[in-house]
Amino acid sequence: MISIKSLSKIYKSKHNEVKAVDHLNLNIKNGEIFGVIGYSGAGKSTFIRLLNRLEEPTEGEITINGKDITKLGSRSLRKERQKIGMIFQHFNLLWSRTVLENISFPLEIAGVPRDERKKKVLELIKLVGLSGRENYYPSQLSGGQKQRVGIARALANDPDVLLCDEATSALDPQTTDDILDLLVDINNKLGLTIILITHEMHVIQKICHRVAVMEGGKVIEQGDALDVFMHPKEKTTKRFVQQVMGPEQDQAFIESLIKSYESGKVVRLHFVGESTNQALISELSKTFDININILQGNITQTQEGAYGTLFVHLDGTNEEIEKAINFISKTSVEVEVQSYAE
Amino acid sequence: MLSNLFPNVRMEELWTATEETLYMTGISVLGTLIFGIILGLLLFLTDRGNIWENKATNFVIATVVNVFRAIPFIILIFLLFPFTDFIMGTIRGPKAALPALIIGASPFYARMVEIALKEVDKGVLEAAKAMGAKTSHVIMKVLLPESMPALISGITVTAISLISFTAMAGAIGAGGLGDLAYRKGFQRWDFDVVFACTILIVFIVFIFQFIGDFTSRKMDKR
Ligand SMILES: Nc1ncnc2c1ncn2[C@@H]1O[C@H](COP(=O)(O)OP(=O)(O)OP(=O)(O)O)[C@@H](O)[C@H]1O
Ligand SMILES: [Mg+2]
Repeated sequence: MISIKSLSKIYKSKHNEVKAVDHLNLNIKNGEIFGVIGYSGAGKSTFIRLLNRLEEPTEGEITINGKDITKLGSRSLRKERQKIGMIFQHFNLLWSRTVLENISFPLEIAGVPRDERKKKVLELIKLVGLSGRENYYPSQLSGGQKQRVGIARALANDPDVLLCDEATSALDPQTTDDILDLLVDINNKLGLTIILITHEMHVIQKICHRVAVMEGGKVIEQGDALDVFMHPKEKTTKRFVQQVMGPEQDQAFIESLIKSYESGKVVRLHFVGESTNQALISELSKTFDININILQGNITQTQEGAYGTLFVHLDGTNEEIEKAINFISKTSVEVEVQSYAE
Repeated sequence: MLSNLFPNVRMEELWTATEETLYMTGISVLGTLIFGIILGLLLFLTDRGNIWENKATNFVIATVVNVFRAIPFIILIFLLFPFTDFIMGTIRGPKAALPALIIGASPFYARMVEIALKEVDKGVLEAAKAMGAKTSHVIMKVLLPESMPALISGITVTAISLISFTAMAGAIGAGGLGDLAYRKGFQRWDFDVVFACTILIVFIVFIFQFIGDFTSRKMDKR
Protein backbone atom coordinates (compact mmCIF):
# COMPACT_ATOMS: atom_id res chain seq x y z
CA MET A 1 0.00 0.00 0.00
CA ILE A 2 1.05 3.53 -0.70
CA SER A 3 0.07 5.91 2.02
CA ILE A 4 0.46 9.64 1.68
CA LYS A 5 0.07 11.82 4.73
CA SER A 6 -0.18 15.56 4.82
CA LEU A 7 2.05 15.92 1.77
CA SER A 8 2.88 19.50 0.81
CA LYS A 9 5.07 21.22 -1.72
CA ILE A 10 5.47 24.94 -1.61
CA TYR A 11 7.36 26.78 -4.34
CA LYS A 12 8.78 29.98 -2.95
CA SER A 13 9.92 32.86 -5.06
CA LYS A 14 10.91 36.38 -4.09
CA HIS A 15 7.42 37.79 -4.21
CA ASN A 16 5.04 34.95 -3.53
CA GLU A 17 4.69 31.30 -2.76
CA VAL A 18 2.69 28.67 -4.60
CA LYS A 19 1.19 25.79 -2.69
CA ALA A 20 1.40 23.31 -5.55
CA VAL A 21 0.46 20.40 -3.26
CA ASP A 22 -1.31 21.29 -0.05
CA HIS A 23 -1.58 18.83 2.86
CA LEU A 24 -2.64 16.00 0.62
CA ASN A 25 -3.75 12.68 2.09
CA LEU A 26 -4.27 9.57 0.04
CA ASN A 27 -4.15 5.80 0.35
CA ILE A 28 -3.52 3.69 -2.71
CA LYS A 29 -3.98 -0.06 -2.58
CA ASN A 30 -1.51 -2.56 -3.94
CA GLY A 31 -2.31 -3.71 -7.44
CA GLU A 32 -4.87 -1.08 -8.30
CA ILE A 33 -4.91 1.44 -11.10
CA PHE A 34 -5.34 4.74 -9.37
CA GLY A 35 -6.14 7.84 -11.39
CA VAL A 36 -5.56 11.43 -10.41
CA ILE A 37 -7.48 13.93 -12.47
CA GLY A 38 -7.52 17.70 -12.35
CA TYR A 39 -7.31 20.80 -14.44
CA SER A 40 -4.07 22.46 -15.43
CA GLY A 41 -2.24 23.87 -12.43
CA ALA A 42 -4.06 21.61 -9.97
CA GLY A 43 -0.71 20.24 -8.85
CA LYS A 44 -0.94 16.79 -10.42
CA SER A 45 2.56 16.69 -11.88
CA THR A 46 4.05 18.08 -8.72
CA PHE A 47 2.23 15.41 -6.75
CA ILE A 48 3.42 12.47 -8.82
CA ARG A 49 6.98 13.84 -8.91
CA LEU A 50 6.97 14.00 -5.13
CA LEU A 51 6.31 10.26 -4.99
CA ASN A 52 9.79 9.40 -6.31
CA ARG A 53 11.25 12.64 -5.02
CA LEU A 54 12.00 14.24 -8.33
CA GLU A 55 10.69 17.13 -6.24
CA GLU A 56 11.59 17.37 -2.58
CA PRO A 57 8.49 17.61 -0.39
CA THR A 58 8.17 20.59 1.89
CA GLU A 59 6.27 18.51 4.40
CA GLY A 60 4.58 15.15 4.82
CA GLU A 61 5.15 11.42 4.54
CA ILE A 62 5.07 9.01 1.64
CA THR A 63 5.10 5.36 2.58
CA ILE A 64 5.66 2.84 -0.18
CA ASN A 65 6.04 -0.82 0.82
CA GLY A 66 6.46 0.21 4.42
CA LYS A 67 9.33 2.59 3.68
CA ASP A 68 9.02 6.30 4.21
CA ILE A 69 10.37 7.68 0.95
CA THR A 70 10.78 11.16 2.38
CA LYS A 71 13.31 9.93 4.94
CA LEU A 72 15.62 7.99 2.62
CA GLY A 73 19.25 8.99 2.15
CA SER A 74 20.44 9.52 -1.41
CA ARG A 75 21.85 6.00 -1.76
CA SER A 76 18.74 4.19 -0.58
CA LEU A 77 16.59 6.63 -2.54
CA ARG A 78 18.38 5.59 -5.74
CA LYS A 79 17.82 1.95 -4.85
CA GLU A 80 14.15 2.61 -4.14
CA ARG A 81 13.70 4.52 -7.38
CA GLN A 82 14.69 1.39 -9.27
CA LYS A 83 11.51 -0.13 -7.88
CA ILE A 84 9.34 2.80 -8.93
CA GLY A 85 8.93 2.94 -12.69
CA MET A 86 7.93 6.17 -14.37
CA ILE A 87 6.66 7.06 -17.82
CA PHE A 88 6.40 10.54 -19.25
CA GLN A 89 4.22 12.60 -21.55
CA HIS A 90 7.13 13.19 -23.92
CA PHE A 91 8.58 9.68 -23.51
CA ASN A 92 12.08 10.95 -22.61
CA LEU A 93 13.96 8.25 -24.48
CA LEU A 94 17.66 8.53 -25.25
CA TRP A 95 17.90 9.33 -28.96
CA SER A 96 21.42 7.92 -29.05
CA ARG A 97 20.23 4.46 -28.08
CA THR A 98 18.19 1.86 -29.93
CA VAL A 99 14.96 0.43 -28.54
CA LEU A 100 16.94 -2.44 -27.10
CA GLU A 101 19.57 -0.19 -25.55
CA ASN A 102 16.98 2.20 -24.14
CA ILE A 103 15.20 -0.60 -22.33
CA SER A 104 18.54 -1.94 -21.18
CA PHE A 105 19.47 1.40 -19.61
CA PRO A 106 17.79 0.96 -16.20
CA LEU A 107 19.24 -2.55 -16.00
CA GLU A 108 22.75 -1.16 -16.58
CA ILE A 109 22.12 1.31 -13.80
CA ALA A 110 21.01 -1.49 -11.50
CA GLY A 111 24.19 -3.42 -12.35
CA VAL A 112 22.49 -6.39 -14.00
CA PRO A 113 25.00 -8.58 -15.90
CA ARG A 114 24.98 -8.40 -19.70
CA ASP A 115 23.44 -11.83 -20.47
CA GLU A 116 20.61 -11.31 -18.05
CA ARG A 117 19.99 -7.83 -19.43
CA LYS A 118 19.62 -9.09 -22.95
CA LYS A 119 17.18 -11.79 -21.85
CA LYS A 120 15.08 -9.39 -19.80
CA VAL A 121 15.00 -6.76 -22.54
CA LEU A 122 13.78 -9.24 -25.14
CA GLU A 123 11.03 -10.37 -22.76
CA LEU A 124 9.96 -6.77 -22.25
CA ILE A 125 10.01 -6.00 -25.96
CA LYS A 126 7.62 -8.88 -26.46
CA LEU A 127 5.42 -7.78 -23.58
CA VAL A 128 4.92 -4.29 -25.02
CA GLY A 129 4.51 -5.57 -28.57
CA LEU A 130 7.63 -4.18 -30.19
CA SER A 131 9.16 -7.39 -31.51
CA GLY A 132 11.09 -6.74 -34.69
CA ARG A 133 11.84 -3.13 -33.73
CA GLU A 134 14.74 -3.95 -31.36
CA ASN A 135 17.35 -2.07 -33.34
CA TYR A 136 15.29 0.97 -34.31
CA TYR A 137 16.23 4.37 -32.98
CA PRO A 138 13.51 6.43 -31.25
CA SER A 139 13.45 8.81 -34.23
CA GLN A 140 12.26 5.90 -36.35
CA LEU A 141 9.26 5.15 -34.13
CA SER A 142 5.75 6.58 -33.87
CA GLY A 143 4.54 8.25 -30.67
CA GLY A 144 2.69 5.15 -29.55
CA GLN A 145 5.72 2.96 -30.16
CA LYS A 146 7.92 5.39 -28.26
CA GLN A 147 5.60 5.19 -25.28
CA ARG A 148 5.77 1.41 -25.48
CA VAL A 149 9.54 1.66 -25.19
CA GLY A 150 9.00 4.04 -22.26
CA ILE A 151 6.75 1.49 -20.58
CA ALA A 152 9.16 -1.39 -21.19
CA ARG A 153 11.99 0.72 -19.79
CA ALA A 154 9.94 1.57 -16.71
CA LEU A 155 9.22 -2.12 -16.11
CA ALA A 156 12.79 -3.33 -16.55
CA ASN A 157 13.68 -3.59 -12.88
CA ASP A 158 10.36 -5.23 -11.93
CA PRO A 159 8.97 -2.24 -10.09
CA ASP A 160 6.11 -2.44 -7.59
CA VAL A 161 4.71 0.88 -8.71
CA LEU A 162 4.38 2.56 -12.08
CA LEU A 163 3.94 6.33 -12.19
CA CYS A 164 2.44 7.81 -15.34
CA ASP A 165 2.41 11.57 -15.84
CA GLU A 166 0.06 12.36 -18.72
CA ALA A 167 1.41 9.31 -20.48
CA THR A 168 -1.12 9.48 -23.29
CA SER A 169 -1.57 13.23 -23.65
CA ALA A 170 0.74 13.46 -26.64
CA LEU A 171 -1.01 10.65 -28.50
CA ASP A 172 -4.04 10.48 -30.80
CA PRO A 173 -7.26 8.84 -29.49
CA GLN A 174 -6.66 5.45 -31.09
CA THR A 175 -3.07 5.24 -29.88
CA THR A 176 -4.18 6.45 -26.46
CA ASP A 177 -6.58 3.53 -26.23
CA ASP A 178 -3.89 1.07 -27.32
CA ILE A 179 -1.51 2.34 -24.66
CA LEU A 180 -4.26 2.25 -22.02
CA ASP A 181 -5.04 -1.34 -22.98
CA LEU A 182 -1.38 -2.16 -22.59
CA LEU A 183 -1.37 -0.63 -19.11
CA VAL A 184 -4.39 -2.72 -18.08
CA ASP A 185 -2.70 -5.79 -19.51
CA ILE A 186 0.45 -5.09 -17.52
CA ASN A 187 -1.57 -4.42 -14.39
CA ASN A 188 -3.25 -7.81 -14.79
CA LYS A 189 -0.13 -9.75 -15.72
CA LEU A 190 2.34 -8.24 -13.31
CA GLY A 191 -0.01 -7.08 -10.57
CA LEU A 192 1.84 -3.84 -10.07
CA THR A 193 0.23 -0.66 -8.77
CA ILE A 194 -0.29 2.03 -11.38
CA ILE A 195 -0.73 5.67 -10.47
CA LEU A 196 -1.66 7.83 -13.39
CA ILE A 197 -2.16 11.51 -13.84
CA THR A 198 -4.44 12.89 -16.48
CA HIS A 199 -6.78 15.70 -17.39
CA GLU A 200 -8.94 13.43 -19.54
CA MET A 201 -11.87 11.68 -17.89
CA HIS A 202 -11.80 9.20 -20.74
CA VAL A 203 -8.56 7.77 -19.36
CA ILE A 204 -10.02 7.39 -15.87
CA GLN A 205 -13.18 5.86 -17.23
CA LYS A 206 -11.34 3.38 -19.37
CA ILE A 207 -8.81 1.92 -16.96
CA CYS A 208 -8.95 3.24 -13.40
CA HIS A 209 -10.29 1.35 -10.45
CA ARG A 210 -10.23 4.35 -8.19
CA VAL A 211 -9.88 8.03 -8.80
CA ALA A 212 -8.99 11.19 -6.94
CA VAL A 213 -9.94 14.62 -8.20
CA MET A 214 -7.37 17.32 -7.50
CA GLU A 215 -7.85 21.03 -7.26
CA GLY A 216 -5.65 23.68 -5.73
CA GLY A 217 -3.16 21.08 -4.51
CA LYS A 218 -5.76 19.11 -2.60
CA VAL A 219 -7.84 16.01 -3.25
CA ILE A 220 -11.40 17.33 -3.38
CA GLU A 221 -13.13 14.05 -4.12
CA GLN A 222 -12.11 10.41 -4.32
CA GLY A 223 -13.55 6.95 -4.50
CA ASP A 224 -14.25 4.03 -6.79
CA ALA A 225 -14.15 5.29 -10.34
CA LEU A 226 -17.73 4.13 -10.87
CA ASP A 227 -19.07 5.82 -7.75
CA VAL A 228 -17.45 9.06 -8.69
CA PHE A 229 -18.95 8.70 -12.16
CA MET A 230 -22.42 8.02 -10.83
CA HIS A 231 -22.57 10.44 -7.97
CA PRO A 232 -20.13 13.24 -8.61
CA LYS A 233 -20.40 15.68 -5.72
CA GLU A 234 -18.07 18.53 -6.50
CA LYS A 235 -18.59 20.92 -9.37
CA THR A 236 -15.19 20.13 -10.87
CA THR A 237 -15.93 16.42 -10.76
CA LYS A 238 -19.27 16.96 -12.48
CA ARG A 239 -17.53 18.85 -15.24
CA PHE A 240 -15.11 15.99 -15.73
CA VAL A 241 -17.91 13.43 -15.81
CA GLN A 242 -19.63 15.49 -18.48
CA GLN A 243 -16.49 15.20 -20.61
CA VAL A 244 -17.40 11.59 -21.31
CA MET A 245 -21.11 11.42 -20.50
CA GLY A 246 -22.34 14.60 -22.09
CA PRO A 247 -24.42 17.02 -20.05
CA GLU A 248 -27.16 15.74 -17.70
CA GLN A 249 -30.61 15.69 -19.25
CA ASP A 250 -32.74 18.46 -17.88
CA GLN A 251 -36.31 18.14 -16.72
CA ALA A 252 -37.75 19.92 -19.75
CA PHE A 253 -36.22 17.38 -22.07
CA ILE A 254 -37.63 14.47 -20.07
CA GLU A 255 -41.11 16.03 -20.02
CA SER A 256 -41.07 16.54 -23.75
CA LEU A 257 -40.12 12.88 -24.09
CA ILE A 258 -43.04 11.80 -21.95
CA LYS A 259 -45.54 14.03 -23.71
CA SER A 260 -44.78 12.45 -27.06
CA TYR A 261 -46.22 9.10 -25.95
CA GLU A 262 -49.87 8.29 -25.44
CA SER A 263 -49.57 4.89 -23.89
CA GLY A 264 -47.01 2.89 -21.98
CA LYS A 265 -44.33 4.20 -19.69
CA VAL A 266 -41.09 6.07 -20.08
CA VAL A 267 -38.45 4.71 -17.71
CA ARG A 268 -34.92 5.71 -16.99
CA LEU A 269 -32.44 2.86 -16.54
CA HIS A 270 -29.22 3.40 -14.61
CA PHE A 271 -26.47 1.01 -15.55
CA VAL A 272 -24.02 0.90 -12.72
CA GLY A 273 -21.30 -1.24 -14.06
CA GLU A 274 -22.22 -4.90 -13.96
CA SER A 275 -21.35 -6.65 -17.13
CA THR A 276 -23.96 -9.37 -16.41
CA ASN A 277 -26.72 -6.96 -17.39
CA GLN A 278 -25.43 -6.18 -20.85
CA ALA A 279 -28.26 -8.15 -22.49
CA LEU A 280 -31.03 -6.68 -20.35
CA ILE A 281 -33.01 -5.12 -23.17
CA SER A 282 -33.12 -8.21 -25.34
CA GLU A 283 -34.01 -10.30 -22.31
CA LEU A 284 -36.92 -8.01 -21.47
CA SER A 285 -38.39 -8.15 -24.92
CA LYS A 286 -38.09 -11.91 -25.03
CA THR A 287 -39.57 -12.54 -21.59
CA PHE A 288 -42.43 -10.02 -21.55
CA ASP A 289 -45.04 -9.15 -24.06
CA ILE A 290 -43.98 -5.55 -24.48
CA ASN A 291 -42.42 -3.31 -27.09
CA ILE A 292 -39.27 -1.54 -26.09
CA ASN A 293 -38.30 1.69 -27.71
CA ILE A 294 -34.88 3.14 -26.96
CA LEU A 295 -35.31 6.91 -26.77
CA GLN A 296 -32.11 8.36 -25.63
CA GLY A 297 -29.10 7.13 -23.82
CA ASN A 298 -25.55 7.46 -22.85
CA ILE A 299 -23.71 4.31 -21.93
CA THR A 300 -20.01 3.99 -21.58
CA GLN A 301 -17.68 1.15 -20.68
CA THR A 302 -15.60 1.47 -17.54
CA GLN A 303 -13.11 -0.87 -15.96
CA GLU A 304 -16.01 -2.21 -13.84
CA GLY A 305 -18.49 -2.68 -16.67
CA ALA A 306 -21.13 -0.59 -18.41
CA TYR A 307 -22.11 2.68 -16.86
CA GLY A 308 -24.69 5.26 -17.91
CA THR A 309 -28.34 6.02 -18.35
CA LEU A 310 -30.83 4.93 -20.92
CA PHE A 311 -34.33 6.29 -21.51
CA VAL A 312 -36.69 3.65 -22.89
CA HIS A 313 -40.35 3.62 -23.68
CA LEU A 314 -42.18 0.44 -22.64
CA ASP A 315 -45.44 -0.23 -24.41
CA GLY A 316 -47.99 -3.01 -23.74
CA THR A 317 -50.58 -3.85 -21.12
CA ASN A 318 -50.10 -2.22 -17.75
CA GLU A 319 -49.71 -5.63 -16.21
CA GLU A 320 -46.88 -6.71 -18.49
CA ILE A 321 -45.13 -3.36 -18.03
CA GLU A 322 -45.41 -3.72 -14.27
CA LYS A 323 -43.89 -7.20 -14.45
CA ALA A 324 -41.05 -5.99 -16.62
CA ILE A 325 -40.22 -3.14 -14.26
CA ASN A 326 -40.29 -5.58 -11.38
CA PHE A 327 -37.89 -7.80 -13.24
CA ILE A 328 -35.47 -4.95 -13.88
CA SER A 329 -35.52 -3.84 -10.27
CA LYS A 330 -34.26 -7.27 -9.25
CA THR A 331 -31.12 -6.77 -11.36
CA SER A 332 -28.39 -4.31 -10.50
CA VAL A 333 -29.76 -1.88 -13.05
CA GLU A 334 -31.64 0.89 -11.30
CA VAL A 335 -34.98 1.73 -12.80
CA GLU A 336 -36.92 4.94 -12.43
CA VAL A 337 -40.39 5.42 -13.87
CA GLN A 338 -40.70 8.84 -15.45
CA SER A 339 -44.41 8.94 -16.15
CA TYR A 340 -47.69 7.22 -16.50
CA ALA A 341 -48.94 8.23 -19.84
CA GLU A 342 -52.71 8.23 -20.08
CA MET B 1 58.10 18.49 -62.95
CA LEU B 2 57.56 19.13 -59.22
CA SER B 3 61.14 20.21 -58.74
CA ASN B 4 60.59 22.80 -61.47
CA LEU B 5 57.60 24.25 -59.71
CA PHE B 6 59.14 24.03 -56.23
CA PRO B 7 62.90 24.38 -56.83
CA ASN B 8 63.78 25.02 -53.18
CA VAL B 9 61.56 22.41 -51.55
CA ARG B 10 63.41 19.49 -50.02
CA MET B 11 61.08 16.51 -49.73
CA GLU B 12 62.55 15.10 -46.49
CA GLU B 13 62.31 18.49 -44.85
CA LEU B 14 58.71 18.91 -45.93
CA TRP B 15 57.83 15.43 -44.73
CA THR B 16 59.43 15.93 -41.31
CA ALA B 17 57.64 19.23 -40.92
CA THR B 18 54.31 17.60 -41.82
CA GLU B 19 54.94 14.87 -39.28
CA GLU B 20 55.72 17.44 -36.63
CA THR B 21 52.56 19.38 -37.41
CA LEU B 22 50.48 16.22 -37.25
CA TYR B 23 52.18 15.22 -34.01
CA MET B 24 51.53 18.59 -32.36
CA THR B 25 47.95 18.69 -33.60
CA GLY B 26 47.19 15.09 -32.68
CA ILE B 27 48.48 15.23 -29.12
CA SER B 28 47.05 18.66 -28.43
CA VAL B 29 43.61 17.65 -29.77
CA LEU B 30 43.71 14.66 -27.43
CA GLY B 31 44.76 16.82 -24.48
CA THR B 32 42.17 19.46 -25.32
CA LEU B 33 39.51 16.80 -25.59
CA ILE B 34 40.27 15.51 -22.10
CA PHE B 35 40.70 18.87 -20.33
CA GLY B 36 37.93 20.53 -22.31
CA ILE B 37 35.40 17.83 -21.46
CA ILE B 38 36.38 17.83 -17.79
CA LEU B 39 36.16 21.62 -17.58
CA GLY B 40 32.96 21.71 -19.61
CA LEU B 41 31.35 19.07 -17.40
CA LEU B 42 32.39 20.97 -14.28
CA LEU B 43 30.98 24.20 -15.71
CA PHE B 44 27.73 22.46 -16.54
CA LEU B 45 27.32 20.40 -13.39
CA THR B 46 28.12 23.20 -10.95
CA ASP B 47 25.72 25.55 -12.69
CA ARG B 48 22.39 26.53 -11.15
CA GLY B 49 19.83 23.76 -10.82
CA ASN B 50 22.32 21.01 -11.56
CA ILE B 51 23.65 17.99 -9.72
CA TRP B 52 26.71 19.69 -8.23
CA GLU B 53 25.25 23.17 -8.06
CA ASN B 54 27.92 25.32 -6.43
CA LYS B 55 28.16 29.02 -7.10
CA ALA B 56 31.74 29.47 -5.89
CA THR B 57 33.22 26.57 -7.86
CA ASN B 58 31.33 27.56 -10.95
CA PHE B 59 32.57 31.12 -10.66
CA VAL B 60 36.21 30.09 -10.23
CA ILE B 61 36.17 27.73 -13.21
CA ALA B 62 34.31 30.20 -15.39
CA THR B 63 36.82 32.92 -14.53
CA VAL B 64 39.84 30.75 -15.29
CA VAL B 65 38.29 29.69 -18.58
CA ASN B 66 37.47 33.26 -19.54
CA VAL B 67 40.90 34.58 -18.64
CA PHE B 68 42.75 31.95 -20.64
CA ARG B 69 40.38 32.43 -23.54
CA ALA B 70 41.20 36.13 -23.56
CA ILE B 71 44.98 35.70 -23.87
CA PRO B 72 46.19 35.78 -27.49
CA PHE B 73 47.94 32.53 -28.32
CA ILE B 74 51.32 34.01 -29.21
CA ILE B 75 51.43 35.78 -25.85
CA LEU B 76 50.32 32.63 -24.06
CA ILE B 77 53.37 30.85 -25.47
CA PHE B 78 55.71 33.48 -24.02
CA LEU B 79 53.80 33.50 -20.76
CA LEU B 80 54.11 29.74 -20.41
CA PHE B 81 57.87 29.53 -21.19
CA PRO B 82 58.85 28.89 -17.53
CA PHE B 83 56.05 26.36 -17.07
CA THR B 84 56.90 24.60 -20.33
CA ASP B 85 60.58 24.51 -19.42
CA PHE B 86 59.63 23.00 -16.06
CA ILE B 87 57.39 20.19 -17.26
CA MET B 88 58.82 19.43 -20.71
CA GLY B 89 62.48 20.22 -19.93
CA THR B 90 62.83 22.30 -23.10
CA ILE B 91 61.29 25.29 -24.79
CA ARG B 92 62.11 24.25 -28.35
CA GLY B 93 60.69 21.65 -30.70
CA PRO B 94 57.24 20.20 -31.21
CA LYS B 95 57.04 18.83 -27.66
CA ALA B 96 57.54 22.24 -26.15
CA ALA B 97 54.54 23.58 -28.03
CA LEU B 98 52.13 21.12 -26.41
CA PRO B 99 51.45 22.83 -23.05
CA ALA B 100 50.62 26.13 -24.71
CA LEU B 101 48.49 24.44 -27.37
CA ILE B 102 46.46 22.46 -24.83
CA ILE B 103 46.14 25.31 -22.35
CA GLY B 104 45.20 27.68 -25.14
CA ALA B 105 42.53 25.46 -26.72
CA SER B 106 40.95 23.76 -23.69
CA PRO B 107 39.03 26.82 -22.44
CA PHE B 108 37.55 27.32 -25.92
CA TYR B 109 36.51 23.74 -26.11
CA ALA B 110 35.24 23.73 -22.52
CA ARG B 111 32.70 26.42 -23.44
CA MET B 112 31.61 24.43 -26.47
CA VAL B 113 31.21 21.34 -24.27
CA GLU B 114 29.14 23.34 -21.81
CA ILE B 115 26.84 24.55 -24.58
CA ALA B 116 26.53 21.02 -25.97
CA LEU B 117 25.58 19.66 -22.53
CA LYS B 118 22.99 22.37 -22.02
CA GLU B 119 21.29 21.12 -25.17
CA VAL B 120 20.71 17.66 -23.70
CA ASP B 121 16.98 17.10 -23.16
CA LYS B 122 16.07 17.88 -19.55
CA GLY B 123 13.37 15.22 -19.70
CA VAL B 124 15.92 12.53 -20.44
CA LEU B 125 18.07 13.64 -17.51
CA GLU B 126 15.00 13.51 -15.33
CA ALA B 127 14.14 10.03 -16.59
CA ALA B 128 17.64 8.86 -15.68
CA LYS B 129 17.24 10.37 -12.22
CA ALA B 130 13.87 8.66 -11.80
CA MET B 131 15.53 5.33 -12.66
CA GLY B 132 18.01 5.80 -9.84
CA ALA B 133 21.08 6.73 -11.90
CA LYS B 134 24.26 7.84 -10.10
CA THR B 135 26.10 10.95 -11.25
CA SER B 136 28.73 8.82 -12.98
CA HIS B 137 25.97 7.03 -14.89
CA VAL B 138 24.38 10.32 -15.82
CA ILE B 139 27.69 11.59 -17.20
CA MET B 140 28.82 8.46 -19.02
CA LYS B 141 25.47 7.12 -20.20
CA VAL B 142 23.39 10.23 -20.76
CA LEU B 143 25.25 13.54 -20.93
CA LEU B 144 28.18 12.51 -23.13
CA PRO B 145 26.37 10.16 -25.55
CA GLU B 146 23.39 12.49 -25.95
CA SER B 147 25.63 15.45 -26.78
CA MET B 148 28.11 13.50 -28.91
CA PRO B 149 27.43 15.15 -32.30
CA ALA B 150 27.94 18.61 -30.81
CA LEU B 151 31.03 17.44 -28.92
CA ILE B 152 32.49 16.14 -32.16
CA SER B 153 31.75 19.20 -34.26
CA GLY B 154 33.19 21.28 -31.41
CA ILE B 155 36.43 19.34 -31.34
CA THR B 156 36.61 19.61 -35.15
CA VAL B 157 36.49 23.39 -34.99
CA THR B 158 38.98 23.35 -32.13
CA ALA B 159 41.33 21.01 -34.02
CA ILE B 160 41.35 23.38 -36.96
CA SER B 161 42.25 26.29 -34.68
CA LEU B 162 44.93 24.08 -33.20
CA ILE B 163 46.45 23.52 -36.63
CA SER B 164 46.86 27.25 -37.09
CA PHE B 165 48.15 27.55 -33.51
CA THR B 166 50.87 24.98 -34.35
CA ALA B 167 51.91 27.13 -37.31
CA MET B 168 52.15 30.13 -35.02
CA ALA B 169 54.15 28.12 -32.50
CA GLY B 170 56.39 27.18 -35.43
CA ALA B 171 57.41 30.80 -35.78
CA ILE B 172 59.14 30.63 -32.41
CA GLY B 173 60.91 27.38 -33.16
CA ALA B 174 58.45 24.60 -32.40
CA GLY B 175 59.00 22.90 -35.74
CA GLY B 176 56.29 21.81 -38.13
CA LEU B 177 55.01 23.36 -41.35
CA GLY B 178 54.73 26.84 -39.85
CA ASP B 179 58.33 26.72 -38.77
CA LEU B 180 59.45 25.53 -42.21
CA ALA B 181 57.49 28.21 -44.01
CA TYR B 182 58.98 30.84 -41.73
CA ARG B 183 62.63 29.86 -41.68
CA LYS B 184 63.14 28.31 -45.12
CA GLY B 185 60.49 30.22 -46.93
CA PHE B 186 60.08 33.68 -45.50
CA GLN B 187 63.55 34.31 -44.09
CA ARG B 188 65.33 33.00 -47.19
CA TRP B 189 62.75 34.52 -49.49
CA ASP B 190 61.99 31.10 -51.08
CA PHE B 191 58.30 31.54 -51.61
CA ASP B 192 57.78 28.16 -53.23
CA VAL B 193 58.47 26.65 -49.79
CA VAL B 194 55.81 28.88 -48.22
CA PHE B 195 53.44 27.83 -50.95
CA ALA B 196 54.09 24.11 -50.47
CA CYS B 197 53.57 24.46 -46.73
CA THR B 198 50.30 26.28 -47.33
CA ILE B 199 48.99 23.55 -49.59
CA LEU B 200 49.82 20.88 -47.02
CA ILE B 201 48.22 22.78 -44.15
CA VAL B 202 45.05 23.42 -46.11
CA PHE B 203 44.99 19.76 -47.02
CA ILE B 204 45.33 18.70 -43.37
CA VAL B 205 42.56 21.10 -42.35
CA PHE B 206 40.26 19.65 -45.01
CA ILE B 207 40.91 16.12 -43.81
CA PHE B 208 40.11 17.06 -40.21
CA GLN B 209 36.97 18.86 -41.31
CA PHE B 210 35.86 15.90 -43.39
CA ILE B 211 36.43 13.34 -40.63
CA GLY B 212 34.71 15.59 -38.08
CA ASP B 213 31.64 16.24 -40.22
CA PHE B 214 31.35 12.62 -41.21
CA THR B 215 31.54 11.23 -37.67
CA SER B 216 29.24 13.85 -36.26
CA ARG B 217 26.63 13.10 -38.91
CA LYS B 218 27.06 9.36 -38.50
CA MET B 219 26.51 9.62 -34.74
CA ASP B 220 23.41 11.75 -34.95
CA LYS B 221 20.36 9.48 -34.79
CA ARG B 222 17.90 12.26 -33.97
N1 LIG C 1 9.36 24.49 -10.47
C1 LIG C 1 8.31 25.28 -10.11
N2 LIG C 1 8.53 26.50 -9.56
C2 LIG C 1 7.50 27.28 -9.18
N3 LIG C 1 6.20 26.94 -9.31
C3 LIG C 1 5.92 25.75 -9.85
C4 LIG C 1 6.95 24.86 -10.28
N4 LIG C 1 6.37 23.74 -10.78
C5 LIG C 1 5.04 23.92 -10.67
N5 LIG C 1 4.76 25.11 -10.11
C6 LIG C 1 3.42 25.64 -9.82
O1 LIG C 1 2.71 24.68 -9.09
C7 LIG C 1 1.37 24.59 -9.54
C8 LIG C 1 1.02 23.18 -9.93
O2 LIG C 1 1.75 22.82 -11.07
P1 LIG C 1 1.69 21.37 -11.72
O3 LIG C 1 2.67 21.33 -12.82
O4 LIG C 1 1.84 20.35 -10.66
O5 LIG C 1 0.21 21.34 -12.29
P2 LIG C 1 -0.50 20.21 -13.17
O6 LIG C 1 -1.73 19.84 -12.44
O7 LIG C 1 0.45 19.13 -13.50
O8 LIG C 1 -0.90 21.01 -14.46
P3 LIG C 1 -0.86 20.53 -16.01
O9 LIG C 1 -2.12 19.75 -16.23
O10 LIG C 1 -0.86 21.83 -16.74
O11 LIG C 1 0.38 19.75 -16.22
C9 LIG C 1 1.22 25.60 -10.66
O12 LIG C 1 0.63 26.77 -10.14
C10 LIG C 1 2.63 25.87 -11.08
O13 LIG C 1 2.78 27.18 -11.54
MG1 LIG D 1 1.36 18.37 -15.38
